Amino acid sequence: MVDIADNKFKLNLRTKTLLTIGITVLVFVIIIINSLLIDSNNILTNFSIINQPPSFEHIFGTDWMGRDMFVRTLKGLGLSIQIGAGASILSSIIAVTLAILSSFNKYLDTAVSWIVDVFLSVPHILLIILISIGLGGGAFGVTIAVAFTHWTSLTRVLRAEIKQIQTQDFVKLSGKLGKSKWWIARKHILPLTITQIIVGTILIFPHAIMHEASVTFLGFGLSPHEPAIGIILSESMRYLATGNWWLALFPGLALLIIVLLFDIVGENIKKLLDPTNANE
Amino acid sequence: MYFVFISLIIEIIFSGGLFLNKNKILLFLANRFVRFIILLIFVIVLSFILIDMSPIDPIKTYIANKVVSPDQVAALQSYWGVNEPITVKIVNWLGNIVQGNLGNSLIFRAPVIDVILDRFVASLVLMFSSWVISGVLGFVLGIIAGFKRDTFVDKLIKYYCYILQSAPTFWIALIVLMIFSIYLGWFPSGLGVPIGSLSQNVTFFEWLNRLILPAFTLSILGVAQIALYTRDKLIGEMSKDYFLFAKARGETGWSLIKRHGIRNVLLPAITLQFLSFSELFGGAVLVEQVFTYPGIGQAAVSAGLRSDVPLLLGIVIFSAIFVFVGNTLADVIYNFVDPRLREGD
Repeated sequence: MVDIADNKFKLNLRTKTLLTIGITVLVFVIIIINSLLIDSNNILTNFSIINQPPSFEHIFGTDWMGRDMFVRTLKGLGLSIQIGAGASILSSIIAVTLAILSSFNKYLDTAVSWIVDVFLSVPHILLIILISIGLGGGAFGVTIAVAFTHWTSLTRVLRAEIKQIQTQDFVKLSGKLGKSKWWIARKHILPLTITQIIVGTILIFPHAIMHEASVTFLGFGLSPHEPAIGIILSESMRYLATGNWWLALFPGLALLIIVLLFDIVGENIKKLLDPTNANE
Repeated sequence: MYFVFISLIIEIIFSGGLFLNKNKILLFLANRFVRFIILLIFVIVLSFILIDMSPIDPIKTYIANKVVSPDQVAALQSYWGVNEPITVKIVNWLGNIVQGNLGNSLIFRAPVIDVILDRFVASLVLMFSSWVISGVLGFVLGIIAGFKRDTFVDKLIKYYCYILQSAPTFWIALIVLMIFSIYLGWFPSGLGVPIGSLSQNVTFFEWLNRLILPAFTLSILGVAQIALYTRDKLIGEMSKDYFLFAKARGETGWSLIKRHGIRNVLLPAITLQFLSFSELFGGAVLVEQVFTYPGIGQAAVSAGLRSDVPLLLGIVIFSAIFVFVGNTLADVIYNFVDPRLREGD
């Protein structure tokens, strides 16, 4: 890869990917552990230090109740990651199920591509709002809503992949030998598509986090008592006019970094698993 | 540079556009349209079921804070058929839609169709301006990055795109709001106009002033996808034999890019830009919310938060039409305007 490849400092794709995975996992673990340790009811409200700009003591500043923004951001990121992980795994399960169903016969195939069309015909954000309203909001509602809107691209990829696998001789032979469609799906298709599924799940993850934050920001997601990033940012809007820029800047930046890290990891793993440029 | 794009677009359209097989296009459109109508019915039923599942109570929204007797509530319930089974409700609703009646918005106290048309015009101005700006800017940046591959400029453009692709739209909007309207004070922060004020009540200048920041935000965000796509596509074209041959013949610089690069990259890029209507709408929802721009997205959020079911369903229908128009235009360009594909059939 040519990204950071200098003459002095040449990392190949494999080393680089492993490095980014390492960093991402580290960040991920730190955030999760921290957010589990922080009890959201216990974030200190200290009215003697309200609205303080960032300092060494409070590197993200404090809010209008004197709460440390760094702690709140960490907690919020933890929540986002949990919801994002849940949603992307659920999303992949839906995608895999539908893709395998579409391989069974041509009616199911038409049905699946029809369902994909239905879900793509309404803007994502509107669909998430609708599902979230339908399920009464909250963490459960958002997770399901995000999961049900992000499976389409992976389904398309898998469906194309499965079509190609099905033209192979060994799959046809298994069919002739009387193996069931389900057996073929399990023994031939799944092992060959497992990498695609993993990469797909990782690549859904950043989008899931971002959409969760957006919907929460709009007021359809997590309840206002949770310190989710979306809630923090929508609260910060009320204090922007008074010049409390740190309330909006740092939590959003933290979210951006997480999304970026996972995007890079996903893309690099995708490149690594693709034999045409794995050895760059 | 700008003229080159326009002349190229015109050239592409004239070289084929006027001589397209009209019957074929009509047949294609009719087919798409029928499929869309079925799809739309499906979407309506689906959203209806979702809203019906939810714990929201339209009667409560309608009476808001007024004091009403239980008799009046019961009368309203029977008038709106709240307690009827869902199948009856859906059939009634679909029947009304076919007659062009989308019901009355509960929060705006006006027919849904009026509210939507009013809001949609405001949003279309916002979305169209940022769509054009981000398309042109993204294409230019993509061409530059692709042509200057692996140089400092390329890296700069690439990282800019990567970062913006990972940035939450509403956060960028907040930052833009903070910089330009609070620190620099160039634009109104948009928070001065209450939710639900109609766009006719603001003067043109005020309205333009409020349009600039949201359009700017949507534009800088929309650049990322199209720039990265154009870059990859151009790099792909540049490694093809005809391109190498042109280089070997001694063509260099701008004329090489114009004659062999842009010509082949422009159509896919425009197609992609048309396919982005869905994301554009999503971005508009968030940006309108931050800047309190009185558009369809803001109406959708208020409708959702304050359980205005008829308005929300109406917006779902119109947004689906919006996305459909984008996809269909992309398909037409892809299948009928591209001279290579056209000659194929």
